[in-house]
Amino acid sequence: MTVINGKPEAEAAGRNLADYLKEKGYPEAGIAVEINGIIIKKSEYPGRVIDGEDVIEIVSFVGGG
Amino acid sequence: MKEDKLVLGGHEFESRFILGSGKYSLELIKAACENAGAEIITLALRRANSGGAANILDYIPKGVTLLPNTSGARNADEAVRIARLSREAGCGDFVKIEVIRDSKYLLPDNAETIKATEILAAEGFVVLPYMYPDLNAARDLENAGAAAIMPLAAPIGTNKGLCTREFIRIIIEECSLPVIVDAGIGKPSQACEVMEMGAAAVMANTAIASARDIPAMAEAFGAAVKAGRRAYLAGLGAVRDTASASSPLTGFLG
Repeated sequence: MTVINGKPEAEAAGRNLADYLKEKGYPEAGIAVEINGIIIKKSEYPGRVIDGEDVIEIVSFVGGG
Repeated sequence: MKEDKLVLGGHEFESRFILGSGKYSLELIKAACENAGAEIITLALRRANSGGAANILDYIPKGVTLLPNTSGARNADEAVRIARLSREAGCGDFVKIEVIRDSKYLLPDNAETIKATEILAAEGFVVLPYMYPDLNAARDLENAGAAAIMPLAAPIGTNKGLCTREFIRIIIEECSLPVIVDAGIGKPSQACEVMEMGAAAVMANTAIASARDIPAMAEAFGAAVKAGRRAYLAGLGAVRDTASASSPLTGFLG
């Protein structure tokens, strides 16, 4: 099963990354996505279909020193 | 006074105070930044929340340079990964490298920090490494392509002040890179002192985040850093062991 930010995600496989991020309410600016250890460029989001075996990290900024 | 700018990787800044954004409300970031006159603010990268969570970038005044850190990295590879993700997230080319294996005192691993600096500088990042104030490591960081070095004054978040004063003094004296004193500075007077010593800039987070009035403390830090810089440029007077009268020693009343 796809794992997103450390949690299994049954509904993600088969959808493209851009649609998934939008539906889940992630902001368009200030995030980065890594799939199986490889950073995905924003321009590649619409064409990147999520696989059932993908391990995905979606990150954004928080306060820090 | 002639133009006095902080130059980091070819970018010029008027302000010599770098503001941390951790441990206080997003709503206070703008006021803290403006009151301090800060032109650089640090951020951290973490797993994102879905569902339209607040975005810290919306709270940072326009024109302020974002300095993502690599907090959470335990070795050079993890720091490089975080830096690359930060750049992809639209944070620009600046990165503050933090590589920490020690969870009690959060002391940086200089050897891994040097490795990460070499890799990221070669990829075009403006690398600002957080480091333990060791002169040999500072020279290695310079050779690795760092744009500045960020030696700690005291362990992160302690507000203990200039525990490493003498070693920071040596680094300022011996290194040609800008020295940005980071971590442990607890009071504006300590920020002022390190600027008087010739530091290029000061970074503070906890001292401001733990103040009763955060925007006011940010203002105090901004003023202290400016005063310290002015004093350094003015040239501090010599310290003497015996008294030296400030009033003339002739023409006393009879």
